Amino acid sequence: MSERLEVKKTYKLYIGGTFPRSESGRTYEVQNSAGDFIANACLASRKDLKEAVVAARSAQSSWSSASAYNRGQILYRIAEMMEGRRVQFVQEISQSEGISVEEAEKQVVTAIDRWVWYAGWSDKLSVLAGSTNPVSGPYYNFTIPEAMGVIGAIAPEQNSLLGLVETVAPIIVSGNTCIVLASSRAPLSAITFAEVLATSDLPAGVCNVLTGNKEELAPWFASHMDINGLDLSGIDEPSLLSEIKTSGAQNLKRIHSFPESQNPRRILAFMEAKTIWHPIGV
Amino acid sequence: MTIFEYAPALESRSIVSIQPEYGHFINGTFAKGSHHFPTINPADEETLSHIALGNSQDIDAAVNAARVAYESIWSKMPGKERGKYLYRIARILQERAREFAVLETLDNGKPIRESRDIDVPLAAAHFFYHAGWADKLDFAGLGNSPRPHGVAAQIIPWNFPILMLAWKIAPALAAGNTVVLKPAETTSLTALLFAQVCQQAELPDGVVNIVTGNGSTGAALVDHPGIDKIAFTGSTEVGKAIARAIAPTQKKATLELGGKAANVVFEDAPIDECVEGIVNGIFFNQGHVCCAGSRLLLQEDIADEVLSKLKVRMAKIRVGNPLDKNTDLGAINSSEQLAKIRDLSKSGDEEGAERWSPDCTLPNTGFWFPPTIFTGVTQAHRIAREEIFGPVLSVLTFRTPQEAMEKANNTPYGLSAGVWSEKGSKILWAAQRLKAGVIWANTFNKFDPASPFGGYKESGWGREGGRHGLTAYLKEAESNNE
Repeated sequence: MSERLEVKKTYKLYIGGTFPRSESGRTYEVQNSAGDFIANACLASRKDLKEAVVAARSAQSSWSSASAYNRGQILYRIAEMMEGRRVQFVQEISQSEGISVEEAEKQVVTAIDRWVWYAGWSDKLSVLAGSTNPVSGPYYNFTIPEAMGVIGAIAPEQNSLLGLVETVAPIIVSGNTCIVLASSRAPLSAITFAEVLATSDLPAGVCNVLTGNKEELAPWFASHMDINGLDLSGIDEPSLLSEIKTSGAQNLKRIHSFPESQNPRRILAFMEAKTIWHPIGV
Repeated sequence: MTIFEYAPALESRSIVSIQPEYGHFINGTFAKGSHHFPTINPADEETLSHIALGNSQDIDAAVNAARVAYESIWSKMPGKERGKYLYRIARILQERAREFAVLETLDNGKPIRESRDIDVPLAAAHFFYHAGWADKLDFAGLGNSPRPHGVAAQIIPWNFPILMLAWKIAPALAAGNTVVLKPAETTSLTALLFAQVCQQAELPDGVVNIVTGNGSTGAALVDHPGIDKIAFTGSTEVGKAIARAIAPTQKKATLELGGKAANVVFEDAPIDECVEGIVNGIFFNQGHVCCAGSRLLLQEDIADEVLSKLKVRMAKIRVGNPLDKNTDLGAINSSEQLAKIRDLSKSGDEEGAERWSPDCTLPNTGFWFPPTIFTGVTQAHRIAREEIFGPVLSVLTFRTPQEAMEKANNTPYGLSAGVWSEKGSKILWAAQRLKAGVIWANTFNKFDPASPFGGYKESGWGREGGRHGLTAYLKEAESNNE
């Protein structure tokens, strides 16, 4: 009996709940640590980013008005779906990052646990960051945290899956939608992760995943006028960071980088405090 | 028909003594400035005094004084002691409230009724509120032992001079930062009087430094490598320039910028209260308010009724001498601002909106603009998109609540919004959908030190007031980060 030939996966982008190729038709070779070819990944273009922003913006209002309980359950569902694909993630990560199976296994389970941790925050944020305010006068006054809108994110190069999860989870748990650029060197697990999202009841457009070159795309993230905030945890180069912050000032984007992986500050950084006054009287 | 005329009820200005010339307040003493410029009373163009024009040497001296005070005294002082200084300042502001109110009205042009009843009492309240935080920072939501940033650079606008000073300085000091503050070019006098309050309160030298000047002075402060944190209130244009200037640095910033607030009136609104709210929303402080309700959105069914009542009410607005206790609408702060208001109003005429003002006699000297509304405004008009920062209201209409929300949010700004309805569920529905940091429901332009204030989108970064505002002056202890 002849040996069966493996059916290999085509790695594409994830925009608005579908898996298109880059409109530019461009791809780049993903290699393992030894320099051997693993697969071709899409080299996303500025236009792909623009389409992803349109998808994210149109999904934002209904995602943020979904109940916190509902969002929490969907994030937990992502953890469930990832659990079912552990073996695939481990294999992909160990191959593309050149790490041992044990190390890859640790990264995958940590990523799954991060979803569980962030899922539980959905219905506790207003307790943490909201308040009723004792103003001097006959007014009821309260402050609630609200999702900011559409957030762009550059995921870290290292820990390609865990870094991606730690970037996306705190952004979307509050009701934001996002466009995330995966690790340039090891993008494959991000696309497999998008397949998880596609089967987790996460509404189309809430999380859009691009693969490509961050030096090329990050400046377009910075200058896009319909992106409200940026997570630049994946950018270390001071000159690129400074360029992005300068360009992001065009619409006063809220721009952050986070040293911590598991902290509600990552969630609150992409929320806005809204304060409401109403008179008290008969 | 007028039955009674109001007799003038002038507040005496004898309580204030203004020096012919002022220097900068650096390291606890007044340092002589090298160049000076006049500051005038916008109500009659009288020169009140001459203000020092701060240059980069002055900024350097002030930042150094703030750094030394931070390292040697303020950051080491227990919070409960810092708090007591703030309580002292609050008390002295209350004791000298009349003096501050009169001086503010002379320098700014706002009615004495507002400086006396709103600006100065709220400024004192801000110090009193934040004084209580100074020894309770562990409970501010940043974990145990949060740290101040260090030296805070604070740049404030001319519309609420002493109140903005209090919004900036009180939380900065409570959190343990030291301060270099630059008042607005046209309104430095109450900040310089506040420097005397710091001396009376025996605040350690260098904890608060005040350098007066213009935009170049502010830019030198922003660019100074010795500052750790910037707090700016002013135009969106300058806010963006600050964001660009600090992009290559580690400096933190809070920005309170412009607005073009929608004031949404539903058909089931309480009309009489609402008319008062509209007037307060746009004519408070001559409309020199970043959160002013400058876009009135009326549901079509009630538009005529609201407008006719609004016109009756506007005819009763008393415009004139700001020191008169009967005055509702004072002077425009500067000739530059008056030119801007005139230019935008002219664009309203040219683009086809219909202008209306009540009959009112404006003084011959000083800078004045009558209370004005434009009807027939569309979303494309400049007066519906750009911040006028004057007593000019643009009126638009809508049919459905959904349309109201779309129009209200159709702006790059997101500072404040108003909503009027007697139906609770509709109020909450609208409050959820309005993209703004402050929502006034069945009221407008209310402020309190306990209430966070600040905008979405291009209206700025961060909040001021309440626990939220305090945290902008703190960072987590290093050990809390994984």
